[in-house]
Amino acid sequence: MINKKVADVTEAMAGVKDDMTFMLGGFGLCGIPENAINHLVKLNVKGLTCISNNAGVDDFGLGLLLHKRQIKKMISSYVGENDEFERQMLSGELDVELVPQGTLVERCRAAQSGFPAFFTPAGYGTEVAEGKEVREFDGKMYVLEHAFKADFAFVKAWKGDAAGNLVFKGTARNFNPAMCGAAKITVAEVEELVPVGSLDPNQIHIPGIFVQRIFEGKDYEKRIEQRTVIKK
Amino acid sequence: MLDKIGIAKRIAQEVKDGYYVNLGIGIPTLVANYVRDDIEVEFQSENGVLGMGPFPFEGEEDADLINAGKQTITTLPGASFFDSSMSFSMIRGQHVHLTILGAMEVSEEGDIANWKIPGKMVKGMGGAMDLVASAENIIVAMMHTNKAGESKLLKKCSLPLTGVGCVKKIVTNLAVIEITPEGFKLLERAPGISVEAIKKATEGTLIIEGDIPEMIL
Repeated sequence: MINKKVADVTEAMAGVKDDMTFMLGGFGLCGIPENAINHLVKLNVKGLTCISNNAGVDDFGLGLLLHKRQIKKMISSYVGENDEFERQMLSGELDVELVPQGTLVERCRAAQSGFPAFFTPAGYGTEVAEGKEVREFDGKMYVLEHAFKADFAFVKAWKGDAAGNLVFKGTARNFNPAMCGAAKITVAEVEELVPVGSLDPNQIHIPGIFVQRIFEGKDYEKRIEQRTVIKK
Repeated sequence: MLDKIGIAKRIAQEVKDGYYVNLGIGIPTLVANYVRDDIEVEFQSENGVLGMGPFPFEGEEDADLINAGKQTITTLPGASFFDSSMSFSMIRGQHVHLTILGAMEVSEEGDIANWKIPGKMVKGMGGAMDLVASAENIIVAMMHTNKAGESKLLKKCSLPLTGVGCVKKIVTNLAVIEITPEGFKLLERAPGISVEAIKKATEGTLIIEGDIPEMIL
């Protein structure tokens, strides 16, 4: 067993510097790497490019980094659930690249899988395709999109072991699996770090080969963005 | 004239037995409430769930279980979870049979605009561009006119496009319309709405053949 376990978030994030590009898992606030984000706030690294489906809310998730103006560029499919984001975007302080959601995840997966680029029908005929190569296959038009290049991927799983194997829960899986192994270093934080051998190999969602560092996270808030319930 | 629930009820009639369906945010989400209960349908949410159920009872919500609108949900027996990459394989790979989504504008050629108003805050396209570029069957749920009373069924979209030549059918508060190579073909009228009223509210070419029946809801 190759040991990927590190003591804590500080050790897990060694090497993080200004002007780096990060991938961060999560959909809305669901399945975001809370410990890594909180530590980035503490490290106060600046000039960051963040690849993440969304950009958090004012006081949680990536909104915390935006608030401290640590982010130079966001690459996302849907943003603006927070006022500070809107302000920085409109004032030109923040650069934003909007990418169709399926293209966003596939650009991560391409980086993970060794594909430099791929053709997708998404965005053909729209401003997303401007300046990009397009090609016809079997009578339908496709746009060439490229794999991302990132320094770190920060992902969050439900359970994991020291070998780096990961298991996700519910819809908290989302972008996390495709980001594993898609950056130079993948840091996985888990709610529960279990003994090696206790996870059923049949049930592992991401094999440890895609993860360089793993640690058990602390104090998960797991905030709900839109609590929608039926009265009993 | 139909309200939002009326539009959802009419669209629900388009959902057939054995369909995997992706519902957008807004009126489309309501469609799930009106699908016949004698057919089997599974709802897909792009953030990674197939077999979505109703909202949870108070106290039973789970932060790890949400839909694409970030609302807490439940799952039904037979449901599955998957990552975003597999979710869009279902969508781009045309395994999802029907996509229902809202729009700001639709053109008579089936182009759709629903993600950006220049000069206003742009939140992003989310999964809409992947959905419209891939789905075989796209139904748009929307009001026939905007708040200023201007038609949303146009010769050409004026707003930045989400996809080209992709919409098959539109259900509005006034009518059911099919997109054909010749333009918008009027199929049904909302209860109490005249063909003339629909014509007036449609900027694009409206094709009217024979008697246009009233919708049965």
